Amino acid sequence: MENHSHNDHGHEHHGNFWTNYIFSEDHKVIAKQFLITGMAWALIGGTFSVLFRLQLGFPDANLSWLKPLLGGWITAEGKIDPEFYLALVTMHGTIMVFFVLTAGLSGTFSNFLIPLQIGARDMASGFMNMLSYWFFFLSSCIMFSSLFISTGPAGGGWTIYPPLSALPQAISGSGLGMTMWLIAMAFFIISSLLGGINYITTVINLRTVGMSFTKLPLTIWAFLITAVVGLLSFPVLFAAVLLLIFDRSFGTSFYLSDIYIGGEALPNQGGSPVLFQHLFWFLGHPEVYIVMLPTLGITSEIISTNSRKPIFGYRAMVGSLLAIAILSFVVWAHHMFVTGMNPFLGSIFMLLTLIIALPSAVKIFNYVTTMWRGNIRFTPAMLFSIGLVSFFFTGGITGIFLGNSSVDIQLHDTYFVVAHFHLVMGSASFFGMLAGVYHWFPKMFGRMMNEKLGYVHFWITFIGVYMVFFPMHYIGIAGFPRRYYSWTNFETFSGFTDLNMVVSISAIVTLLTQFIFLFNFIYSIFRGRLAPANPWGSNTLEWTTPRYPGHGNWPGEIPTVYRWPYDYSKPGAKEDFIPQYVPFSETPESNLPQENELIKLEGVENTIHVEEKKHH
Amino acid sequence: MSMIIVLAVILLLGIIYMILRISSLMGVVKGKQDDNSWNNINAVLLLLFMILGLAGFFYYSFKKWGTYEPPLASVHGEVTDRLFWITMVVTLIAFVIIFVAMFWFTFAYRYDKNRKAEFFPDNHYLEITWTVIPAILLVLLIVKGMKVWNDITGPASKDAVVIEMVGQQFAWTARYPGVKDKELGKHNYKLIDASNEFGLDLTDKNSFDDFKSLTLYLPKGKEVLLKIRAKDVIHSVFLPHFRVKMDAVPGMETQFKFTPTKTTEDMRTETGNANFNYEMACTEVCGRGHFSMRFPVVVVEPEEYDKWMASQTPWLKQNPEYMKYVPDNLKEAAAIKAGLPMYGVQAVNSVTLK
Repeated sequence: MENHSHNDHGHEHHGNFWTNYIFSEDHKVIAKQFLITGMAWALIGGTFSVLFRLQLGFPDANLSWLKPLLGGWITAEGKIDPEFYLALVTMHGTIMVFFVLTAGLSGTFSNFLIPLQIGARDMASGFMNMLSYWFFFLSSCIMFSSLFISTGPAGGGWTIYPPLSALPQAISGSGLGMTMWLIAMAFFIISSLLGGINYITTVINLRTVGMSFTKLPLTIWAFLITAVVGLLSFPVLFAAVLLLIFDRSFGTSFYLSDIYIGGEALPNQGGSPVLFQHLFWFLGHPEVYIVMLPTLGITSEIISTNSRKPIFGYRAMVGSLLAIAILSFVVWAHHMFVTGMNPFLGSIFMLLTLIIALPSAVKIFNYVTTMWRGNIRFTPAMLFSIGLVSFFFTGGITGIFLGNSSVDIQLHDTYFVVAHFHLVMGSASFFGMLAGVYHWFPKMFGRMMNEKLGYVHFWITFIGVYMVFFPMHYIGIAGFPRRYYSWTNFETFSGFTDLNMVVSISAIVTLLTQFIFLFNFIYSIFRGRLAPANPWGSNTLEWTTPRYPGHGNWPGEIPTVYRWPYDYSKPGAKEDFIPQYVPFSETPESNLPQENELIKLEGVENTIHVEEKKHH
Repeated sequence: MSMIIVLAVILLLGIIYMILRISSLMGVVKGKQDDNSWNNINAVLLLLFMILGLAGFFYYSFKKWGTYEPPLASVHGEVTDRLFWITMVVTLIAFVIIFVAMFWFTFAYRYDKNRKAEFFPDNHYLEITWTVIPAILLVLLIVKGMKVWNDITGPASKDAVVIEMVGQQFAWTARYPGVKDKELGKHNYKLIDASNEFGLDLTDKNSFDDFKSLTLYLPKGKEVLLKIRAKDVIHSVFLPHFRVKMDAVPGMETQFKFTPTKTTEDMRTETGNANFNYEMACTEVCGRGHFSMRFPVVVVEPEEYDKWMASQTPWLKQNPEYMKYVPDNLKEAAAIKAGLPMYGVQAVNSVTLK
């Protein structure tokens, strides 16, 4: 199992600066690289949202003070250019969905936690892991550069539906900006696949002695299933992107047919724009679970730890993760009820879509039951996890409206949809990511984050997110279409200027609050209180490593695992937690009858780690 | 604008300062680091959030009662609206139960060092219960939804009024079959030019009396079948008052059938708004002018509709030079259908001279 020669205590790889911090193959360093890149992207993506919220909340405001930042994209009248507005919306979506909540999330926590929690020295292939980050970095560079070109970044929506995205004459963003978007996404997919293969291989092959699948923390289950979903769906986006590149550059007609634009009839015939939508959403829908599942795993771990209670229904939690993962592949066309797709397909996809609500509901119920009769400690991580559950539920139930095709007719592409997915997957996933950072910061940097700042950060962000997205339900029910630069052309959509202003102000405040987090994060890396070995009284293996784990994670042998990770507040136990490496033979006072049976199976060599347990 | 941002920043900094100040003061008062006060504060705040949040939500919702959706004016819209509100009741009950339960638990079971959490890893009865109950509710919603969906997407009746909507950057145009043949003529995108914006295929005799309209006229109480297409990129027909939405896709004709139930005048009386107008919008992002693709819609009584139809000028009559694309054997029929007597005679003459 140990594929590195780290068994002599305290030994570490002594590389130079470049191999330690830049081209590192250590999963912990790579995780931090993903995290910091993801945070930079989150700031850019968040700023974009505030820019277009300025336009929507204050349509009459003079924005010429933004000229130093946006230059020619601010018109002479001090307005955001309508095409740049679309580019902002597009890039906000692309950045948040892919660069922050896919790469930034899975890249950080799958990388950081998989080896530490399953008891492995590193990822199965450190080199591939490093490649994964650097492909992501390359992709980021290309996407970032596209923000600065004269025709602007891609502007056809993050779903890049052709023909709009295929024809430069349709929108200026479909020129060089779109080309760069497509190339960046191709590299992004490569990065994602390299990472995903590694996560899967590592979880399957490198678990420590005793770490059977039924003893895996739910975080690992979630990361594993997410990686499988990504591995199966991203290649389809790759194909879709490739065909779009062909249509754009080599004159093929996969998605183009019967188009008259700019005074000329294009020669393309026989293609189908709806084909692209099928391919896109075949990734696109699993993608929302790629964004969501890791944070559901993170939350399971954090809620259980801080409620001092085992997660309720471990098997049901794993089962619902699996069910969501499988069903996520057969619901994609609920994004396409009114695209002219065969209505019979609409019926099928409505059925499958509403079925996926069941495993999601089970997760909510299980979280709430986990907190019932707990002994809850409100660490910032716990608060953000509670926030996640709240968002996941509030946003999830509106999915029952949208999944019902006949109700969806009216709500499709309105602000109701915007409210739905920003709560259920955007904000929920973002909160899960923040919860993860607060929870595992001590392991990442050996220091604690400031809790008080964490509370302030949580409360303003939590209320802020609700203030941003809850009013959008009303706006959406009133029929306001999304991706509109302004609604003043329509009498039907002339109301709600007040709510739109509330949304915009809340968005600004929420974005600014993230700087509290940023300050806390950077300050705590250098000046935070030194972290104790196991600050949250947690059962999982990562807290058995030294404060600053070296390359290889454990200076000595990797601990052996005897029990599941959720033995919190076990009746009879001295402490309110029993870590995974404690054998049943040492806890006769708290063992359940079937666990006493397992003592016989605990081999002699498995009791080496007695000295490790003296921490608590 | 910048004033508001500055104010927001000041407010924010004030809150942060206050909280840090209170926390340090409380630390001084308590003296000991080992206190649980922040945990209790967070627990209370979560409970307050639940109470105030739900109160605010219900207050605002009742205040705005009855003004949520655009006023309704179609037959199927009544059914989908009802399904919307049924779903709303079901989800709202679940929402309140879960919210109250969750935030009550976080308050009631906040940390207490004298208490131990209950070891409660699973309970199959509970899990089965909360899988089965939502499953039953979902099945009911699905069955109802499928039935409605099948009705809406089913074939239109034979005597439905057929109108074609064409989307392009950034305007809609409507094409009506003329009163003479009541059939839309064929079209071909390669025939589109500055005047022939529909790409009318003038070798098809049904195209001779087709006419263009920049307002969507609809007869009240008659089934309307919209044939929808796009010339350049994807657009989407959205008629908010009729609960109609369907993408306009280049290269693929889509359709949506519905029955308007109220004329514009009816609606003006009903809403008390003398300036009320139906509108059509685009709901698929299509470029720079996406937000400006407004198309006026007027619903009138059927008799008035027939009168309006009869008063319209066929496209061919407005563009007589396009007679040259009409095959010789159809020129006479075209002239009659389009109402071009003079041109028709000349054309016939030229044929006989040969």
